[in-house]
Amino acid sequence: MINNDTALMAHLLRRAGFGASRTELEGYMAMGYDGAVDALLNPSDPGNMPDDLIRRYHVEQSELRDLAGSAAYWMYRMISTTCPMEEKIALFWHGLFATGYAKLNQARSLLNQVEMFRRSGLGSFENLLVELSKDPAMIVWLDNNENHGSAINENYGRELLELFSMGIGNYTEDDIKECSRAFTGWTLGNAEYMAVRASKDSIWPYGRIAWHFDYRDEDHDDGEKTFLGETGKFNGEDIISIIAKQESTARFVATRLFQFFAADEVTEAGDKAIQEMIATYFSSGYQIRDMLRTLFHTEYFRSDEARFSRVKGPVEMVVGAIRMSGNYQNPALGIEKVSDTMLYMGQGLLQPPTVEGWHEGSEWIDSGALVERVNFAAKELSDVRSPGVRSIIDRLQASTDDGVLEPSDLADRCLDLLGPIEVSDETHSVLVDYANRQGALDLNGHQPGDSAEQRVGNMLRLVAATREYQLA
Amino acid sequence: MTSNKREKSLIVIQLSGGNDYLNTVVPYGNGKYYDSRSKVNIPQNQVIPIDDQLGFNPSMGPVKSLWDEGKVAVINGIGYENPNRSHFRSMDIWHTAEPDAIGKEGWLARAIRDIDPLGDNVLTGINFGRGLPRALACPGVSVASVGDLETYGLFPDVQDEELRMFTLEAFSRMYGNAAGRDPIMDLMGRTGQDALQGADILRTAPRMYSSSVEYAPNSLAQNVKSISQVFHANLGARVLYTQHGPFDTHSGELVTHAKLWDEVAGAIGCLMDDLKEHGTEDDATILVFSEFGRRIKDNGSGSDHGSGGAAFMIGGAVNGGMYGEYPSLAEAEQIEGDLRSNNDFRSVYTEILEDWLDLDAPSIVNGQFEKFGILQS
Repeated sequence: MINNDTALMAHLLRRAGFGASRTELEGYMAMGYDGAVDALLNPSDPGNMPDDLIRRYHVEQSELRDLAGSAAYWMYRMISTTCPMEEKIALFWHGLFATGYAKLNQARSLLNQVEMFRRSGLGSFENLLVELSKDPAMIVWLDNNENHGSAINENYGRELLELFSMGIGNYTEDDIKECSRAFTGWTLGNAEYMAVRASKDSIWPYGRIAWHFDYRDEDHDDGEKTFLGETGKFNGEDIISIIAKQESTARFVATRLFQFFAADEVTEAGDKAIQEMIATYFSSGYQIRDMLRTLFHTEYFRSDEARFSRVKGPVEMVVGAIRMSGNYQNPALGIEKVSDTMLYMGQGLLQPPTVEGWHEGSEWIDSGALVERVNFAAKELSDVRSPGVRSIIDRLQASTDDGVLEPSDLADRCLDLLGPIEVSDETHSVLVDYANRQGALDLNGHQPGDSAEQRVGNMLRLVAATREYQLA
Repeated sequence: MTSNKREKSLIVIQLSGGNDYLNTVVPYGNGKYYDSRSKVNIPQNQVIPIDDQLGFNPSMGPVKSLWDEGKVAVINGIGYENPNRSHFRSMDIWHTAEPDAIGKEGWLARAIRDIDPLGDNVLTGINFGRGLPRALACPGVSVASVGDLETYGLFPDVQDEELRMFTLEAFSRMYGNAAGRDPIMDLMGRTGQDALQGADILRTAPRMYSSSVEYAPNSLAQNVKSISQVFHANLGARVLYTQHGPFDTHSGELVTHAKLWDEVAGAIGCLMDDLKEHGTEDDATILVFSEFGRRIKDNGSGSDHGSGGAAFMIGGAVNGGMYGEYPSLAEAEQIEGDLRSNNDFRSVYTEILEDWLDLDAPSIVNGQFEKFGILQS
């Protein structure tokens, strides 16, 4: 019954975006699958309100030194973008290169990092690591401003190898030291003063000044280094080019991309897809865009096995439901509260719990978070005043000859228009029983907010509350 | 009313934003206090004296009454080495009991896991407020977070009771009977059922409670009332948590701080009256803490982030009194214009874990810390 092309396109949009309304899906369907993949992987104008207008008129997103305003601003970008992949890849790198406000007390520097992910996140992984190593927020987050030629601080060097590229077991403690030596002198302008300001977290009385990268040659250890068996007077870029060509790096990047863009668990078939991505990593010169194109075209990704094989992260949950309801297309008061909701579900933007980012998959589900998830999506999608739900009501009416829906049709079409979502037989029978309670639904002459529309809202609420809706 | 043998519970009131220690437990006998706090001070004639050196903030009347009954322990100069003056980081440190590394697990979440390793009671730990404070967060530990006890649960926005009932019934069916199908579906089914069950049980709490105590209408007092209702419903809740604020008094401190402490002291007073009325005074201990104190010198209308603060433990089982030395205000003793904390916060945690919740403390607070003897009988 579910149209296979639509279901596949919806799957792609849940992965390369935050899910899609039927209208959006139809736009991508017109391009065909290959065309849609290319369009998503080559973001153009995201169509959000220009920053200067936001600054001027939307105080709730203007105070970018603040965590609340900055998180709300990023969420608005995710909700309103016409290039969802651009935000999705930024969210991916934000989770992997997890940098948090807690230590920086400088939200603007985090938004700058996110902008860097938008700009470079689909390009070469080697280039991305260089940009990351020069990113002021990362420098402070992992203490590279304390990494001096005279005395190394290994924090960044260690995480670069362990959490950001090869993964533990593929290098020695000596490699960490040599790597750290190569990044001495990679700091930010006026580092000492900035560190004091960050530690004091006081916007009084002088405010906070934008951070920028600064390379201090006199603080750089220019001596010979031996890293992963290669010897030379390596600087940071040299180290990164050695990291980038490692098989372990290719596997690491491919696996992490797979787990974020395909499935929480790597099955045997999934591993085949990872192998293909590794091959692309090398053949394309480490291009992330090409690896993802490979992934989206694998047999695995297009198969039923890959569908609904990820637990939606809180950001995907909230942004997805709002994109479906059509609310907050312009900045609006109250958006900070919505971005707080993601925090209540366990994922506050710009505040990952540690440098390891968020534990995904099943760890998103605990009783507190599940209540928040269900309540949020159920409320967002049952409000018949919201533009997305109004459009669903119109589509439901148009789908019948006489404007009358049988109870099972009401359930099936709501499942279809919110996804299509595939549900178990048990879930399906609960939905149909629920609809049956009030018999056939006559949408003829429906008026905004009347009982006929409300029945649609009630059904959408229940679909949003299913276990299946928790999955992407 | 007599309490049958019940297990001890911990009630935590977090003062978010950095409570100004100097204006809470005021060193009114020390001229240096008035020198440093030329604008933002509590005048001698307004302080509620404890002795000839220290006194409580004038808004702390109910705390002073409890102090006179020997039920209040003041832990002076509490903090940790190398103080961090960021709200977020410092609160994280208190929450995870990890001053050096970035901690992953909340100290109370670990305690809850040790109390109830199999997660048999979904209500062992409850937060009153939205979202989980880091102190209660840890993968695999279920903690309910209750925004509003009256409407807690699923679909709180559905006004029509009949519709809500049908929706909950459908939810219960949709989240049941899935054992063995798929691990994620199973997990969600179990968790959904836990949430329903927790909500069902919690909703009964207000009905199982009656009291002559009238809590004020402010948010903290109402959360503390919910804590009392749930505590007295005997649902096995061992850790009950809430927070109040913002105590980040960079400006207009005297007005804001007085109002906040009025609310905090009032809520504590009501709770203690409530416990007394129910004969449960010896079964609950209250911990009050903040992430840091504030700068010694004021800034003209408020005070900036500092270090070294006060924590309080209050309850029938508490050995009341002053613990730890009040940090010196002498310039030579300050660190960057702040009080030097001389008591590690993990000492208090150790005391609570060992002498109140009957748990192994070192594994939770990551080390051995000397106790003050606040809870020893």
